[in-house]
Amino acid sequence: MHSLSPRKNSSGNAMRQFYTIDTYHSGKTGYSLLPFRFLRLDQDRELLVTDVGEYAIVPTGTTDQLVHNRLDAGSTLYKTLKGKQLLYDHDSAALLDVLATKYRTKKSFLNGFAKLHIFVVTLRCDHSCHYCQVSRQTTDRTLYDMSPEVAERSLQLMMRVPAKDLTLEFQGGEPLLAFETIKYTVARAKELAATHDKNLQIVICTNLAYATDEVLAYCRDEQIKLSTSLDGPAFLHNANRPRPGNNSYELTIDGINRARKVIGTQNVAAVMTTTRRSLDYPIEIIDEYRKQDFHSIFLRPISPYGFAVKSKHRTGYEMARFLDFYKKGLAYILELNRQGANLQEVYAKIILTKILTPYPTGYVDLQSPTGSGTGVLVYNYNGALYASDESRMLAEMNDESFCLGNVMTDDYRAILTGGPMQRLLAASCNEALPGCADCALQPYCGADPVFHHATQGDLFGHRPTSGFCFKNMEVITHLFQLIAKNDRELLRIFFSWIRDQGHKDMREEVPACA
Amino acid sequence: MRLTTAGVPIGLTSPIVGRITRHSLPTEQRGERICVVTDTSSSESLEGYRAVLTPLKPGESVLAASPVPIIHSLREHDHLRDDDIVAMQPTSGFVRTVYRPDSAHNSLFVTERCSSNCLMCSQPPKDKEDTDHFLGINLEIVRMIAPGPAYLGITGGEPTLLGGKLLTILDHLKRDCPSTHVHLLTNGRLFAWPSFTERFCAVQHPHLTLGIPLYADDPIIHDYVVQAKDAFDQTVLGLHQLARWGQAIEIRVVLHKISVPRLPQLAEYLYRNFPFVTHVALMGLEPTGYTPRNREKLWIDPTEYQEELEQAVEILSVRGMNVSLYNLQLCLLRPSLWKYARKSISDWKNVFFSACQTCGVLEQCGGLFQSAERLHSPHIKALPPSALIA
Repeated sequence: MHSLSPRKNSSGNAMRQFYTIDTYHSGKTGYSLLPFRFLRLDQDRELLVTDVGEYAIVPTGTTDQLVHNRLDAGSTLYKTLKGKQLLYDHDSAALLDVLATKYRTKKSFLNGFAKLHIFVVTLRCDHSCHYCQVSRQTTDRTLYDMSPEVAERSLQLMMRVPAKDLTLEFQGGEPLLAFETIKYTVARAKELAATHDKNLQIVICTNLAYATDEVLAYCRDEQIKLSTSLDGPAFLHNANRPRPGNNSYELTIDGINRARKVIGTQNVAAVMTTTRRSLDYPIEIIDEYRKQDFHSIFLRPISPYGFAVKSKHRTGYEMARFLDFYKKGLAYILELNRQGANLQEVYAKIILTKILTPYPTGYVDLQSPTGSGTGVLVYNYNGALYASDESRMLAEMNDESFCLGNVMTDDYRAILTGGPMQRLLAASCNEALPGCADCALQPYCGADPVFHHATQGDLFGHRPTSGFCFKNMEVITHLFQLIAKNDRELLRIFFSWIRDQGHKDMREEVPACA
Repeated sequence: MRLTTAGVPIGLTSPIVGRITRHSLPTEQRGERICVVTDTSSSESLEGYRAVLTPLKPGESVLAASPVPIIHSLREHDHLRDDDIVAMQPTSGFVRTVYRPDSAHNSLFVTERCSSNCLMCSQPPKDKEDTDHFLGINLEIVRMIAPGPAYLGITGGEPTLLGGKLLTILDHLKRDCPSTHVHLLTNGRLFAWPSFTERFCAVQHPHLTLGIPLYADDPIIHDYVVQAKDAFDQTVLGLHQLARWGQAIEIRVVLHKISVPRLPQLAEYLYRNFPFVTHVALMGLEPTGYTPRNREKLWIDPTEYQEELEQAVEILSVRGMNVSLYNLQLCLLRPSLWKYARKSISDWKNVFFSACQTCGVLEQCGGLFQSAERLHSPHIKALPPSALIA
């Protein structure tokens, strides 16, 4: 770098000389490439994407010119690609420090290790959903409930995680069937959080059938949020989620309304599971969410685990049909937004955040390195520790590949550096996975070794036949096609979704740099 | 508004800083006062004042035997108000108003030196070692204004060229004016050096914002505008070094023929690379200093860049960046941009034209620079009150 001392060639009041713009060119021609990937968006356009997710939608043929050093240095396109750090030349430094900071920011979801801690307090459930992998119809509390000893050891392990902000999420089965276990665990978690200087967020995932006034008052007092399942209108929801009396929908809606009154509307969320039956009803499902005054909906495909795999012919479906469902649903949601509705599609919001902002998301199912084990840990009722919810569902199918250990017998270090964790992490970075390494969409996508193990019998997976790859390629490309329309109102809608997610301040991430 | 005058100095060996009084004070209140004497018939002693300013000749009245330093034969004095702080220069007899308690736009002027030489500089730099000179004056100002105004600028020249002396000023401000919001204008280049940034941020001034310019996402364009090779790289690295320490930063972009064409790309660049900045100010050209001289290179009528401006504001605002428009008149802006326009021009150089007097939105408008009298858009005009609705 040049010296910063003032010029010596003039003095006092003399008007200084001005130099032409050519003075600031090095005079050397040619440029060098910085890491980027590319794909053909459609016949007319190509998509160029850097490691940090900055992109350029360019005319077909640009990539060829770019890599063969034929781009005109005087062109607007050249300046834009330089500004986005796809190339650098002799006229300025490559600013690799800036690129490094942006990369670190994009990967800052890794800071502090796993932040989501799922406690499976019981496998018992009143429902017998077709897509559920784990529930048990029994009244025996001893077989499938988490004991105080297991809860204690699980919490001790959780507190070892370096992150200051931790989420404790209760799942089941139906966790409210083990309300006493929840109460015990919450009280103990808060004690430990105070001594370990952690901020705790607590969520119960429940069908709300047992959300009595007592339970709701407790959640209010303890500042616990509730997350419930709502699959669509009554005919669909009740078909997806059978229970004695066939009244799951009615109980859920009643529960949502009561819960909102007691703990506040913003503290009650709903998630939707898509089944083959759901695929014909994207509009009806979305309308049901609007009718219940929800402002976000997550159009997600069912997982290929547990009963979902076993009962393939009942609830399994082809990814292509899901994508059709997804695109129809998203188009409808966007149209509602144009008319002034406040309704987000969560999967689009997650991917758009990755595409349109310098920030990462906290969503553990689409990360590289994979969120399994690094973003989330699942503490089963019996002390077994899993790398993800899907991992414990595999275990219910007698596949213990992703059981990281047991909190009753193994310590923190043994669990998190053991064989299962190492095998998982070896396949966890899409930067190094065959088929992903060269994919333009890689910075927006993730690695899912658990999925590929479950569906293809191989942690690394075979991308051309991977449902995960097919789905994400399609969804991300679809979103790029929407972005490429350069529709000002559409981009406003996208950013309104993104910003509601909570704009993380990059400043917090920057001090990590050396 | 006049801020300078000059006369003939007697008895000044070094610059004198003091508060103006236009009427006589009891001896015990005279310590840091500079008395303005206009009355030839006064016979009161001037003992105890820090100095005297007068339009009169020294032979007249009590001035003949002034016991304190004096600048006489002052060209102008009506602008000197009670409690203004002025700096009196020994050799030149120059008297500059350096602080006005009534104004919301006071700044400490810390040096005329600069490491850049921007084509549109409103305060062209001089290569003269003046940092000690200004340091003395500014530390005295800080002492006198304690506990300080709500807002205080620091400007130059390039303040970081003061090095440790700038830290001294910030330290004194932190100590003597602890609740004053300090806004420091700098080209940001020196912050590329981590050791300087670390020292700078170690002052830990609680209410400090740095206003740093960036004129393009393209290094060549920026370097050309500021007339300094590698300035872009240094400023960009400097912004990141400052962010490491959590320093509040405002990005300032002057709008002219060179910066306007890539304004939308610059907006996206700012978001992608500096999303941590607290504010982005897009600023109309101030037609003073170098600007008239570089008019051909710089001037573009604001009505001709409304499309780029609107795009840039849209890009920044939907992404949640605070964005403001400075120095731009409502009659030149698309109505969609009005809500971003601020009354940004410092009171002492802020004017309205006679054409503005009948304007229906005069109250909402920030007006013009006084220097716009020589260079402004032909589209400046009175708008009907109904324009408000738009």
